[in-house]
Amino acid sequence: MGIVSKLRRTAAVAGFAAVAAMVSTAALAAGDTKHPEERDWHFSGIFGTVDVHSAQRGLQVYLEVCSGCHALKQVAYRNLSALGFTEGEIKAIAADFEVTAGPDSEGEMFQRPAIQSDNFVSPFPNEEAAKAANNGANPPDLSLQVKVHPDGANYIHALLTGYADAPDGVEVPDGASYNPFFRGGFIAMPQPLFEDGVEYSDGTAATVDQMATDVVNFLQWTAEPEMQQRKKMGFKVVIFMIILSALLYAGKRKLWANIDH
Amino acid sequence: MSAGNQTPVGNGLVKWIDSRLPVFSYLQKEYAEFQSPKNFNWFWNFGAILTFMLVLMMITGIFLAMQYQPNTELAFDSVERIMRDVNFGWLLRYMHANGGTFFFIAVYIHMFRGMYYGSYKNPRELLWILGVIILVLMMATAFMGYVLPWGQMSFWGATVITNLFSAIPLVGDSIVTLLWGGFSVDNATLNRFFALHYLLPFLIFGVVILHVISLHVSGSNNPLGVDPKGPQDTVSFHPYYTMKDSAGLAIFVTIFAFFVFFAPNFFGEPENYLAAQPLTTPAHIVPEWYFLPFFAILRSINFDIWFIEAKLGGVIAMFGAILVLFVLPWLDKSPVRSAKFRPVYKWFFWIFLLDCLLLGWVGGRAPDDLVFEGLALKVIHLGYLSTFWYFFHFIILLPLLGVFERPKPVPKSISESVLGGGNAGASATAKPMEKA
Repeated sequence: MGIVSKLRRTAAVAGFAAVAAMVSTAALAAGDTKHPEERDWHFSGIFGTVDVHSAQRGLQVYLEVCSGCHALKQVAYRNLSALGFTEGEIKAIAADFEVTAGPDSEGEMFQRPAIQSDNFVSPFPNEEAAKAANNGANPPDLSLQVKVHPDGANYIHALLTGYADAPDGVEVPDGASYNPFFRGGFIAMPQPLFEDGVEYSDGTAATVDQMATDVVNFLQWTAEPEMQQRKKMGFKVVIFMIILSALLYAGKRKLWANIDH
Repeated sequence: MSAGNQTPVGNGLVKWIDSRLPVFSYLQKEYAEFQSPKNFNWFWNFGAILTFMLVLMMITGIFLAMQYQPNTELAFDSVERIMRDVNFGWLLRYMHANGGTFFFIAVYIHMFRGMYYGSYKNPRELLWILGVIILVLMMATAFMGYVLPWGQMSFWGATVITNLFSAIPLVGDSIVTLLWGGFSVDNATLNRFFALHYLLPFLIFGVVILHVISLHVSGSNNPLGVDPKGPQDTVSFHPYYTMKDSAGLAIFVTIFAFFVFFAPNFFGEPENYLAAQPLTTPAHIVPEWYFLPFFAILRSINFDIWFIEAKLGGVIAMFGAILVLFVLPWLDKSPVRSAKFRPVYKWFFWIFLLDCLLLGWVGGRAPDDLVFEGLALKVIHLGYLSTFWYFFHFIILLPLLGVFERPKPVPKSISESVLGGGNAGASATAKPMEKA
């Protein structure tokens, strides 16, 4: 796949987040979408692993900034143990959210605090409520965003750090923001990250770049929680298969040695 | 082939069973003693590789089906549940998804090998036709399987492809309604696609058995395209080809494993990780890579031909591109099988291969894209050219080559070619085919 078609697909996906009419006019106005910068991620490559500390900070950014609008419904609170959170910490995180449960013995539904086995509680009960609260745009679920976009990690980092003033002569529609990495340039999501928007408990300086990096590390993990197990097993399987192939090939050579073929 | 009918094999129990149900002597005869030309190259490995892939797809598929929910509300999340909560579910799914890709890689290599070495010619026409039937069934299975995760490309791919049938005059709309089980791609569609996706592999398995039976009647072709003249030209299938097939299979599986574990989404469409949105059309709907050449042919007929509308024309061309393979044994009239001895066909084979790759490239791009910046050549123009060449190759070129090409002298026997010298007795039994 060429870079152009990858970009086109990026654009196609991104378009989903914005109001259709907004995108179609914007595409004419703002011209080419900017390419995300290639960054060095802890998880890239066949030796890459999850940057646990960064992903933990990324969870904090998600909870304090993103979760107001974006759901994370494929992930359960219990899964956070893979990022090094203790059972107590996980229970505390879950308990901040309310879920509807029931019916009870009277037949009534009731509210209770979320528990470890619940999936992350979504900010809106349904798509219509999400749209109504967000100027007609539906904030996408973040569980798989890194996989939904080609070059997803770089794209999300670029998007989160890429808000800028619109160039001269470009009029940004009401309720939209200018972001050259978003297809068409106008995105319904206002700039989410600002310097010191969160206060990291480990003392890391909360620059916009740092928070974006942390969120991407977190979202990479939510998209591919199996990644480390997969790569680890992959080494065993591939090395085994290479040795097996070599042995079988050598055996074939020996067996065929006295056949003219 | 000379070796034993009803050879007593194994211990008492085996003999007891074998005298009542001769499975052991059958295996002995067809897979152990079975005589195969001794000059196969590595391209003859792909039959074994394809058998392995079919079984792998069926096994992983059955375990996935135990967890998958064929319901539009649940399908996408159930696939994610397989990826996250089912023990080794990610491994099952990635093996199955990449298995589809590698199944097609293997089948395309297998087919091009057949074309290069003339494996479809007398007496193997039916063997080839059964192979094309397997290809058609594989395509149907793969298409329906891709719909099951109910992502954006699943949904829109299903919408686009099923809509093609509406181009058929008179009955088109009824066929589409039947495929959908309603008036749009919806829950009923997903349910029937799941049922058929589960069924078709078993049909493939059945046709594979016929394919193998037919192969064991004529025996395998070989890189020289010359029939074996006697025991000096062949080896027994076991251990010679069981060993070679095992080695080739292990190498193939190593490459497959690399993708499963380190680049599991390399061949996939990222957008399919977005749940289906019936109201949001993706800007660029593309099928899986193995359908791209046919997709390019479909889109290249974007003009009316006499009374045939463009849409119907595209559908006819796309299905025609597959159907023409059925009559290939009768289009290629050359009495020489192997391209080694066909100096002109050899070139056109490679041009045809490049043409198929070009079609694949065209199928993955938007028709109005420019091929080069600043040059008024659009992707669709290459689409016209490569579609034309695809049919020109089969319908015009192959029949003409059969008449006008002057083949090189064909060796009298496999041994003669291998040893580089004469082989007494071989010429005495040579058949007319090799004299051409």
